[in-house]
Amino acid sequence: MMLDRVLSGDLPRNRMLTAVLIAIVVGLALAPFVFPGAKALNVAAKICIFIVLVASFDLLLGYTGIVSFAHTMFFGIGAYGVAIALTRLGPSWAAVGAGIAAALALSFGLSLVIGLFSLRVKAIFYAMITLAVASAFQTFASQLSEITGGEDGLNFKVPEMLSPGFSLAQQPFLGVSLDGKLISYYLLFAITVVLFLVMLRIVNSPFGRVLQAIRENDFRAEALGYRTVVYRTFSNVLSAGFATLAGALLALWLRYNGPDTSLSFDIMIDILLMVVIGGMGTMYGAVIGATLFVIAQNYLQDLMKFASDAAAGMPLLPNLVHPDRWLLWLGILFVLSVYHFPAGIVGRLRGKK
Amino acid sequence: MSSPVATTLALGALPAVRLDRLPLLLLPALALIALPLMGSFSTWVTLTVAGLAMGMIIFIIASGLTLVFGLMDVLNFGHGVFIALGAFLATTVLGSMADWTASENLLINLLAVLPAMLVAMAVAGGVGFAFERVIIRPVYGQHLKQIMITMGGMIVGEELIKVVWGPQTIPLPLPAAFRGSLLLGEAAVEKYRLIAVVIGLGVFAAMFWALSRTKVGLLIRAGVQDREMVESLGYRIRKLFVGVFVAGSSLAGLGGVMWGLYQQNVTPQMGSQVTVLIFIVIIIGGLGSVGGCFIGALLVGLLANYTGFLAPKVALFSNILLMVLILLWRPQGIYPVANR
Repeated sequence: MMLDRVLSGDLPRNRMLTAVLIAIVVGLALAPFVFPGAKALNVAAKICIFIVLVASFDLLLGYTGIVSFAHTMFFGIGAYGVAIALTRLGPSWAAVGAGIAAALALSFGLSLVIGLFSLRVKAIFYAMITLAVASAFQTFASQLSEITGGEDGLNFKVPEMLSPGFSLAQQPFLGVSLDGKLISYYLLFAITVVLFLVMLRIVNSPFGRVLQAIRENDFRAEALGYRTVVYRTFSNVLSAGFATLAGALLALWLRYNGPDTSLSFDIMIDILLMVVIGGMGTMYGAVIGATLFVIAQNYLQDLMKFASDAAAGMPLLPNLVHPDRWLLWLGILFVLSVYHFPAGIVGRLRGKK
Repeated sequence: MSSPVATTLALGALPAVRLDRLPLLLLPALALIALPLMGSFSTWVTLTVAGLAMGMIIFIIASGLTLVFGLMDVLNFGHGVFIALGAFLATTVLGSMADWTASENLLINLLAVLPAMLVAMAVAGGVGFAFERVIIRPVYGQHLKQIMITMGGMIVGEELIKVVWGPQTIPLPLPAAFRGSLLLGEAAVEKYRLIAVVIGLGVFAAMFWALSRTKVGLLIRAGVQDREMVESLGYRIRKLFVGVFVAGSSLAGLGGVMWGLYQQNVTPQMGSQVTVLIFIVIIIGGLGSVGGCFIGALLVGLLANYTGFLAPKVALFSNILLMVLILLWRPQGIYPVANR
């Protein structure tokens, strides 16, 4: 079957899950037409970017069983690569390509070094080292202000075709003007689909099986003759590469990049929440987790504002449901999901036949 | 591992464990290298005291974490919450005793800071007890889950601190008599830094005594070396672990008060910021080793202050550089703990 090939034989395997995934894909595909307004389009674009980012993190955490806190570092490298190239070389496709190539090279190099240096040891050690390296990198990026724009970040022009001023046709199509923003969105969407399918292919390949074997029992995998360090490092490098591409997409979409948008530790925590709530080691969990989280991030606050106003006057309660405290509730959801359904939403749905 | 077993043993005599002295030389070596670079002796004294003070505070915070890891293989990524909690409690306690902190009398100031520290330690210890029960106990032995769940605990804890104290930065001024500096010869040394060094040495001495001279300390050290052996001798290492965890949390609370006073303001994010520093320290020291943690903390503190003066840009990365250098020298940290 065609679809089976496209999804690398890894079907959702649950009716409910299939329905949700189809709804998300259709929703994202038709977002500019179904959900009007700049905010909705931004949310849709962010979901696409985070699907790639979270799926790449899942490759590492869910499939290989490695906790890295340096994932936003690679995300940031991708975003800065495009941002710096477009600022320096002017808005052309060649500059985009050069930026992505340089960023990928840097990410590969860094992830290889970190991997070889510290993947031989325990999970905890790796988590600590990556945390330290990522925080140093963040400082580094904001210190090199001549190149990276420091704390202010960089504003830049994207290639003509993607800039909001560009229009493909005079007449709006189905009530939506065919401008550069729309083209950017569809480019983003298409790349997201391709990257996701590639990652799905990777985890379902023999290579992906070895990664899962290492996750389940690295000692045994080693005894079977697989060189676990090599596989782990390779998984680390691959995942860094996909994160870099996600960062490049982010920069192209926002036409801006700064430390807070792509490098901050808050994003790292967001990714962790998304992958766990969605479902580790499932790939589809990345889609669901990213969608749920980004929507919550943008719309849960409105709901909480409503609740907070309703609770006004009571002690502490208004603070608990204050719109800025949305992360508290997602954090609690995160802790509960690690305990009670470690395979996340996807695992939960698949478990119910 | 580090101490070679003597090839011939006298009957009935255990080989004395040779103290690994080389790392102890690192501190004076670093200080001596820095001396000619400074140019003036008084600057060097000022910076050395500042570095020692910073190192002592870091040690107070990090010691519990490294012991907990050594004993039960649990690394608490949420340790930072206790730091922030301690600091915020200090703002409340000291804020309510504004008269006492404004007094110029050192004794009255101490009477104000002492309850703040005690409250911070008690509450942080209590929260640590609950944290161990709710967050950590269900995931013993599962590293991946442990990392994630303690991280989740930190997110929730940080948000709860924002719920109670608000998300903004709160100033935490030093009590009046702690401000200003003393002149030692030509070198100006901030009073508070001296106090921090004294408290830090006190904590280190107390901990050293407890670990090396009491039965509980003996069990803890034995547990770090080989948990199963201690368990098979009939001791409940779980209980010991809970005790160490609570003690570590309350020390983090104390460290939080001191760090807050050192920075003179507190933010809900301070916990996660300090966490990175602490991780570097316990990696440098060797996971599970209290002595290594002490040396590591002082090295980090001294180096941060020296490089901050000599090359401010480099200072931001001095910790990482130090960590890489130490790990290249001893991949398991300064004092590798057996079985890790």
